[in-house]
Amino acid sequence: MQNRSTIFVCQGTGCLSSKSGLVYEELKAEVAKLGLSNVDVDFTGCHGFCEKGGIVVVEPEGIFYTHVKVEDVPEIAGSHLKDGKPVERLFYHDPATGKAVSYYRDINFYKKQRRVILYNCGHINPEKIDHYIAAGGYRALNKVLLEMAPQQVIDEIKKSGLRGRGGAGFPTGRKWEFGRNTYSDKKYVVCNADEGDPGAFMDRSVLEADPHAAIEGLIIAGYAIGANDGYFYIRAEYPLAVKRLYIAIEQARERGLLGKNILGSGFDFEIHMKEGAGAFVCGEETALIASIQSQRGMPRPRPPYPAQSGLFGKPTTINNVKTLASVPRIIDRGADWFAGIGSEKSKGTTVLALSGKILNSGLVEVPMGTSLSTIIFDIGGGIPDGKRLKAVQTGGPSGGCIPARFPDTPVDYETLTLLGSIMGSGGMVVMDETTCMVEVARYFLSFTQAESCGKCVPCRLGTKQMLEILTRITKGKGKENDIATLYEIARTVKECSLCGLGQTCPNPVLSTLSYFRDEYEAHIKKKKCPANQCRPLRRKV
Amino acid sequence: MDKPAASKVINMERIREIVMECGGHKWALIPVIQKIQNEFGYIPPEAIHVIAIGLKIFPSQVQGVISFYAQFYTKPRGRQVITVCRGTACHVRGGESLLEMLENGLGIKEGETTADMEYSLETVACIGVCALAPNVVIGKEVYGKMDTQKIEQLLKKGEA
Repeated sequence: MQNRSTIFVCQGTGCLSSKSGLVYEELKAEVAKLGLSNVDVDFTGCHGFCEKGGIVVVEPEGIFYTHVKVEDVPEIAGSHLKDGKPVERLFYHDPATGKAVSYYRDINFYKKQRRVILYNCGHINPEKIDHYIAAGGYRALNKVLLEMAPQQVIDEIKKSGLRGRGGAGFPTGRKWEFGRNTYSDKKYVVCNADEGDPGAFMDRSVLEADPHAAIEGLIIAGYAIGANDGYFYIRAEYPLAVKRLYIAIEQARERGLLGKNILGSGFDFEIHMKEGAGAFVCGEETALIASIQSQRGMPRPRPPYPAQSGLFGKPTTINNVKTLASVPRIIDRGADWFAGIGSEKSKGTTVLALSGKILNSGLVEVPMGTSLSTIIFDIGGGIPDGKRLKAVQTGGPSGGCIPARFPDTPVDYETLTLLGSIMGSGGMVVMDETTCMVEVARYFLSFTQAESCGKCVPCRLGTKQMLEILTRITKGKGKENDIATLYEIARTVKECSLCGLGQTCPNPVLSTLSYFRDEYEAHIKKKKCPANQCRPLRRKV
Repeated sequence: MDKPAASKVINMERIREIVMECGGHKWALIPVIQKIQNEFGYIPPEAIHVIAIGLKIFPSQVQGVISFYAQFYTKPRGRQVITVCRGTACHVRGGESLLEMLENGLGIKEGETTADMEYSLETVACIGVCALAPNVVIGKEVYGKMDTQKIEQLLKKGEA
């Protein structure tokens, strides 16, 4: 018998925009034309290396092709699939050495990663439940429903040290315990897939590439807490993720993994889909609940916490996509295995969306506590065009900028908070010497100002005032006391706002003020933009 | 978008049907609005009181929800919707100047539609394709790694 091989074409949003849909169709036609009966053509979700799209992988060898276009298909099919000679010109070329790297596993970008949440991403067909099951999927659910009591599940998650991957890092086990210990006739679990942070795209990738992992996690959460209904609240800006999630839910239902008496355990669970409508603030849990209830997505004061009174007034536990996708892996491999990864207080891995001025942009999963320099230089390949790293922005509009002078910063919840940023959803935007930090602060403020729901005064007016001052500075009309005023407003907004959006939105301003005050001063006093980005202040070159 | 963007007569019967299909419950308001927008391309203002009656809520509540969310439109949009991503990665790689080019090229501002109802120009917070920044979305298709030259080509070709 001939060796069977499968050629996988990435069909994530990133690769699709590099026309990988056509590549997939063409490959199927070409393989059929050549009569290659030992080759299967299939597709996967996101590999996380979208910049190199369209990505095509030949398994089981693990040959990794980048930038594949329709025109390249006959050569791949003829030379590689038929004659066994891989097409070298389409290999990944190491930006540092220029050498061609043929295997997936040898590429630096992947070599230094540790994939727990993204374990299946790029290796299975997200629209086939059998692929997920063959990769060990739903084994954890089986174990949980048939062998474990809800409290045991919670204890296991607590032992693993898993913390919420949505940004705040609240211990998941404790959150579930609150949910479990609240008495009510009806409870809900919600998967928060409202990934609104600009610059973060890991939830999209997970849902596009491995939707069943989040579904399995949500069912397990429901069982642990005692909820029979789960919701996915997902951004409508991610149409492909929405589509794949619908398919996956339907398949799970067909297999009896959703519905009544799951796997004969007596546990019933249903999943409902809610599509968002484009409001960043809906990532905040009370606003998200309001939005599921078809109201304006405005946060409300807590307590009562959603764990006491949430969706439709019932106790509700809300977890992020990545948190839930980690759950089946923890149950399957054991809490000790998970707790063995990462740093002392931040266990497991973190998924970062590396983008901006970096050679290898994409999704990166590393153990918590990995240093910034490893992420940016070893995995990310460094800064393009020989420029110098200036800062790394983490946590999106709620986070801050970490200057290049802290290259050894371990990326975990505590350290990033200490430096005035946050872990947030894991967006990591790299900035080089041509990025103006005042302009970056202005950009984030323009975002939060537009997204502020307007309910509480500090956020509504504070963001507006800060934005006005920052805009003025970038136009060269900054006043002497602007920095002091910015500090004052930022502190007020941080302390007095109702929800996370307001409480964190001054972070980009505060962190750039403390690390790049000289840039602010240059704008205000010398009417110069050191990065030469702010148009009214540009030097003539 | 394939649908005619501005059909003069709004089929109110169909709107009533959609309201009932979604259960006629106040918690179905957002799905109702989403469905109407999918079919009609926007939320016709005259539909608001029909929705309110069907769901037993105040028209102001319907209006409030429509105006709160960025994705609901009360005016017809152009046959082709061009969306510029203003995510962080797109921003640091020059997304803003792409928007400016498109504004100048089409003669409309962000959020506006050309007089012939051909193009609407919009922005989105982030579409999550940051690795290919800067991005422009035309219809449903994402165009990654855009630059001023590519925008110029698109403008010359008439966007399609």
